Amino acid sequence: MSIIKFEKVSYSYPGDELPSLCGIDLSIEKGQFVAVLGHNGSGKSTLAKHMNAILVPDEGRVLINGVDTADENRVLDIRRNVGMVFQNPDNQIVANVVEDDVAFAPENLGVAPEEIRRRVDAALKQVGMYELREHAPHLLSGGQKQRVAIAGVIAMEPEIIVLDEPTAMLDPMGREEVISTVTKLCREKGMTVVLITHHMDECVNADRLVVMSNGNIVADGAPAQVFSQVELMEGEGLDVPDTTRLLYELRKEGLELSLEALSPADCAEEIMKIIRG
Amino acid sequence: MLKDITLGQFFPGNTIVHRLDARTKLILVVVYIAALFQATGWISYLAVTAATGTCMYLSRIHPKNMFKGLKPMIFIIVLTAVLNIFYTTGTPVLPGWPITWEGIERAVQMILRIILLITGTFLLTYTTSPIALTDGLEKLFNPLKKIKLPVHEMTIMMSMALRFIPTLIEETDKIMSAQKARGADFETGNLIQRAKAMLPILVPLFVSAFRRADELAVAMESRCYHGGEGRTRMKMLKMQFRDWAALIIGGAFLAMMIVMKKFGL
Repeated sequence: MSIIKFEKVSYSYPGDELPSLCGIDLSIEKGQFVAVLGHNGSGKSTLAKHMNAILVPDEGRVLINGVDTADENRVLDIRRNVGMVFQNPDNQIVANVVEDDVAFAPENLGVAPEEIRRRVDAALKQVGMYELREHAPHLLSGGQKQRVAIAGVIAMEPEIIVLDEPTAMLDPMGREEVISTVTKLCREKGMTVVLITHHMDECVNADRLVVMSNGNIVADGAPAQVFSQVELMEGEGLDVPDTTRLLYELRKEGLELSLEALSPADCAEEIMKIIRG
Repeated sequence: MLKDITLGQFFPGNTIVHRLDARTKLILVVVYIAALFQATGWISYLAVTAATGTCMYLSRIHPKNMFKGLKPMIFIIVLTAVLNIFYTTGTPVLPGWPITWEGIERAVQMILRIILLITGTFLLTYTTSPIALTDGLEKLFNPLKKIKLPVHEMTIMMSMALRFIPTLIEETDKIMSAQKARGADFETGNLIQRAKAMLPILVPLFVSAFRRADELAVAMESRCYHGGEGRTRMKMLKMQFRDWAALIIGGAFLAMMIVMKKFGL
């Protein structure tokens, strides 16, 4: 059974003429790292907000572990199972001390004090912020704040973590910190990660890449496969990695190259094949 | 200029003052204020000053931070002093002068009273984390839930407000710089002109504050916030021996001040 399942989901914001999601079908398996790519207004944030019942579909349904998000009695179950990290780190930190902020979600869930302490320490260690647990969040860097926000959701011990453009307001170093933290959570802890982004380079390490445009899914598959559809990506105003771009340009010149080589090493290998004949 | 605002600031530490239960400290501040207002003579003022000094020493809060908190109050302090000097009747310092000895005495006492009042209350916020403070308030006002007062909602609002003070100050600074770069003038002109010049700061600040509030609400809901019902705390407030001891000392101090007032000390 898929851990996240969208069945013909449509949604329009009140007052909007065009729907933000038009009949989305999507299944995400447990333990996958899924990246969702799309430019502004493609519906990718709306998609994310459906995953923890912040928004409920107008048509169709969303199932998290088989539980319908429209079921109001199960909202807390769903939210504690789907941790959500947002774009602006300042607007999701609720306390003046790092560890108090991380404790917020388990406190809301009524977890016993000793257990909260254990979870908070574990979560802070996982994101590498344990040493700064007594700091004031407003004195941290953007990347550190966002890691605190991630710790804040993993303290709920969710199976799924959804990140809605977590790096949009960060500098390159902060972006690297956040992406490597979530990659580690997926690979080492077996968490299901859904990363919403418009930076194509953050998608390279994902298991699966979903490209959205105008409320529809226009491409879905392994990153190498999706990026090899260069014309489609360009049509959506999205970039492709430099390696794909190089292979694409060479192929346009008539070389018999496969476009599904993402890492520089694979790309070099592919070119060497041609040179060796 | 905005960096000087110390309202709601907290200096983490591990002294006896820091470790006292927030409820104890809240009650003690009320007792302290009551005691301070009993002071009439020099000896009682000396006693309160000594008590404040001891607490400050115990909390290891640098006096520099205390003065920083006092700075915005200088105008009020000076005004009170001047009014007291000139408007107290008694024996003039020199014949024909409007200044009296009693006025000077009153003025010094008033200055002392205001400074002690601010220092005492600042000691509370300086040594208590906002979370502990609001938790303490919630616990203290818990009985009021019986008369349907939304105690939890009020305290969570207060803790959010305290949380966002530094963020909003930073934002105000940014907006001011941005408006200055566009030629806004905040420094010249009369009072009305300067107040009008503040408008281009306030409008963006409010717009962004509302946007922040909206995002914060979604983030809180995402982290399973659903009101005060069934909420637990990581740091449970627990009255210790030291809390009861501190309360007894506080009570004794207040009693002493009342007695001293009776004797006019």
